[in-house]
Formats: sequence, structure tokens, C-alpha cells
Amino acid sequence: MRVQQTTISKVPDRSVRYVYLITVFLLTLTGFSQMPIFKRYYIADIPGLGWLAQFYVTHYIHYLAAILFLALVAYMTIDYLILQRKHLRLTASGYVRGAILAGILVSGLLLVIRNLAGSPLEPRFIILLDLAHMGLVLAFLMVAGYCLIFKKQWTNGR
Amino acid sequence: MGQEISRRTFLRGGIAAAAGLAAGSIPGASAAAAPQGKTQLATLLDIGKCIGCGACVEACNETNAHKYPNPRKPFPKMYPNRVPVEDWSEKQDVTDRLTPYNWLFIQQATVNLNGEEYEITLPRRCMHCVNPPCVKLCPWGAARQFDNGISRIDSDICLGGSKCKKVCPWDIPQRQTGTGLYLDILPSFAGNGVMYKCDRCYDQIADGQLPACIEACPEEMQTIGPRDEIIQKARALAKETNGYIYGEKENGGTNTLYVSPVPFEELNKAIEKGKGKPHLKPVKDTMAQANNLTTAMVLAPVAGIAAAVGKFVKLTKSSE
Repeated sequence: MRVQQTTISKVPDRSVRYVYLITVFLLTLTGFSQMPIFKRYYIADIPGLGWLAQFYVTHYIHYLAAILFLALVAYMTIDYLILQRKHLRLTASGYVRGAILAGILVSGLLLVIRNLAGSPLEPRFIILLDLAHMGLVLAFLMVAGYCLIFKKQWTNGR
Repeated sequence: MGQEISRRTFLRGGIAAAAGLAAGSIPGASAAAAPQGKTQLATLLDIGKCIGCGACVEACNETNAHKYPNPRKPFPKMYPNRVPVEDWSEKQDVTDRLTPYNWLFIQQATVNLNGEEYEITLPRRCMHCVNPPCVKLCPWGAARQFDNGISRIDSDICLGGSKCKKVCPWDIPQRQTGTGLYLDILPSFAGNGVMYKCDRCYDQIADGQLPACIEACPEEMQTIGPRDEIIQKARALAKETNGYIYGEKENGGTNTLYVSPVPFEELNKAIEKGKGKPHLKPVKDTMAQANNLTTAMVLAPVAGIAAAVGKFVKLTKSSE
């Protein structure tokens, strides 16, 4: 079975990259705004950013961005597995970023379950989830920053 | 005989449980006696019976005094300066509102309805929501909900950011600066004390006793029991007295149901509201908005997979 070579490149489509960057930015911003820090440190006082201090608004946007991100991750994963894998391979930094993102997604989904009425999750496990979710985001930002500075790609050509 | 628990039956159940963990021989009481019980317990407050004597407030203070804050002074200098110091340690005797040292107070109102004047008093405290936003949205998991429906803020973990108060539809939790974990982390830059509120005497319930406010009430205006049965009882009482119910639907449902002889709309207009003095307005389900997106979250990966497979099929077809 042959597939047009033009679909294969080291980086995904530009539109997919933009969606990825926008959702990661929104998720990070609304995720950190779940802590009561944006009002305290005047960030929510900046014109246009008042919504960052409204917890229900940021919580809702976090969910919307998470929906987009989940769809994107599923798309990218399946696209890689059935189309791109023959021509591209994940780099070491790609594996690290993928693993961290997987951890963020799993802990985030468990926190979504926590938020439902009658959630069965134990309180100590919830504390662990909260810390893990935030810790993994910090780790991802650091690794992503490193990759940006040293121009490390997610994939290399085979 | 229903499972709702009056003061006497609850005590009998508690004694029986304590006497030999009576293997649940008294329905409801054994569930109430254990914080790990899977049944959410609700309280029914018959406002028509409240005489505003304040016995519940007194009992609450006596029973929970050991949980009250003991702040370290002087307080750390806060940065930036806008961070408010909230100190109730010199005003521990305030009982006309919620404070870190007063988790229950009596709200008063005079309501004129159909030419009749009603002098209303009612105890106010945490509503113990079925899906409590204070618990669910705490960034650290410092607030927890017991299986029996009690929501409680752990004063050993809370950093006092006050998010729980901001997301609570009734602004129930109250902050005391100068105490808690934040003092050991970055006291000037993060956190601001500990949030306090009614924990419905979770420790007393664990010991098979009633919450102090219920036990102390001379009019037995409060009843505790499994939520379903308390709802039935509240509806029956409202029907019998031509009364009105508050707390059954508010914020998606709470474990505190008030039955009033006057509409809560009128009562809300008449009570004094403000800081530490919660309203009685209708409250929409605050957690529902985001939780309604859960289905979309489950379907999102399916959509992503479908898009990738669709792309593969399209490319395969066009290359043939």
C-alpha cells in the first residue's frame, strides 16, 4: 500500500502545530490559574486578564482546551503509528516529552473523575494527583524549553 | 420505621455501635457512626422549631474549640502588600457571623407575609454540598469529602489561599492568618494561613455521637440521616406545614436541608447578609458547567483517531 510522500515531514502540518501550541499555552495558563496567585501578583489586574482570577471561568476553559488537546494527541499518535512511523522515528527528547505528556493526561483525566459527584478516589491519592499534575507540567515546560533552545525535534527522518 | 435519625435514636445507635460495633443492628445509625460509611448523611433543619436560643452555637464552640487556630505572631510580612492579614484571634467571642472561631451562627429575620409577621431564626453553617466545589477545586487536596457527605478542610495541609471561599456559593470558609503549613514554606510569598469551617463534627460522628449542634438543640429542630430519607422527610414536613425547602437542589444538592414556613425568597430579603453571613438565594450547580464537558472529553480521542484514520484512508485512495 502506498501513501503520497508529500504527507510525510519531520514536523506536523502548520495548522496542527498551531493548535498544539495554542492548547498547550491555554492549558498551562488556565492550569496555573487554578492556584490563587494571579490576583495576588497583579496579573489579573492587567486589562483583559481579569478572567484569570475567576476560578470557574479558567476551570471551564481548562476543560475545553483539554478536550482539544486530547483529540489532537489521539490524532497525532494514530497518524504517527499508521502513516509517519515508516519514515520518522521519535527522538530521545520526543520520547521524554511524550512520556511526560502521557503522565499529564492521565493525572488530568483522573482529576476530571475526581470532580464528578461521588468520585471514588481517596483523599491522599488526590493530593498525589494534584502534585503530580503540576509537577509534570513544570517538568514538561523545562524539557520543552531545553528543546526549543537546543533545537531538538520530536522526530528524525529514518 | 424510617432510617432518619432523631437525637435519641442516633444516640442509641451510637451507644450500640460503641458497645460492640453492633454489626449495623440499628439501620442508619451505624452508617452515621462511621465516616467511611458509603451513605451520604444529610441534616434536616426545621426552621419552624428554631427559637434562636444559641445553644447550638455554644455547643459548636465548646466541642470544636480544640480545632480552632492558634496563630503565631507577629505574622510574616506579606508580599505584595495587597495580601490581606485576616486575624480573628483577638475576636474569638464574635458569634453573630462565621469566623475561624465560630463555625455556626444564628441568622435572624422578620418576614411579613400575607398580613402575618414571622420572627424567624435559623442556624447557618456549611451546607456540606453533595459535590462540594471547596473540596473539588482546592489546588492541593487540602479539603476532602468523607463518604458520609461531610466536607472538611485539613488544617495541617491548607495554605489559606481562600480559593475554597471564592468558589463556595455561600462564601462559608473563613481564614485565619499566621497558622498552618504556609509558615514552613514561603510565608511571605505564598499562602496566608488556614481556612476554617464546620466539619459537622466528623470526629464525633466517627465515635457514634451526634454533631454537637444537633445534640444540644432543646427543640430537636435538626435531624440527621441518609440523604434520600432526609429529602423525603423534608418534603413531607414542607407538605404538612405548607413550608418551603432550601438545600435540596441548591448547588446541585446539599446535605443540609432547611424547611421554612415562609418562602426563602422572602427570607433571603429579610436576613442580614454580608461577610460571614451567607445568603439564601437559589444557587445553580457550580460544578455542573465543567462536569458537563466530561462526555466530550471521553469522545475527543475518538474524534482524533477518526480524523487520523480518515486521513490515512483518503491518502490511500488517492494514491491508488
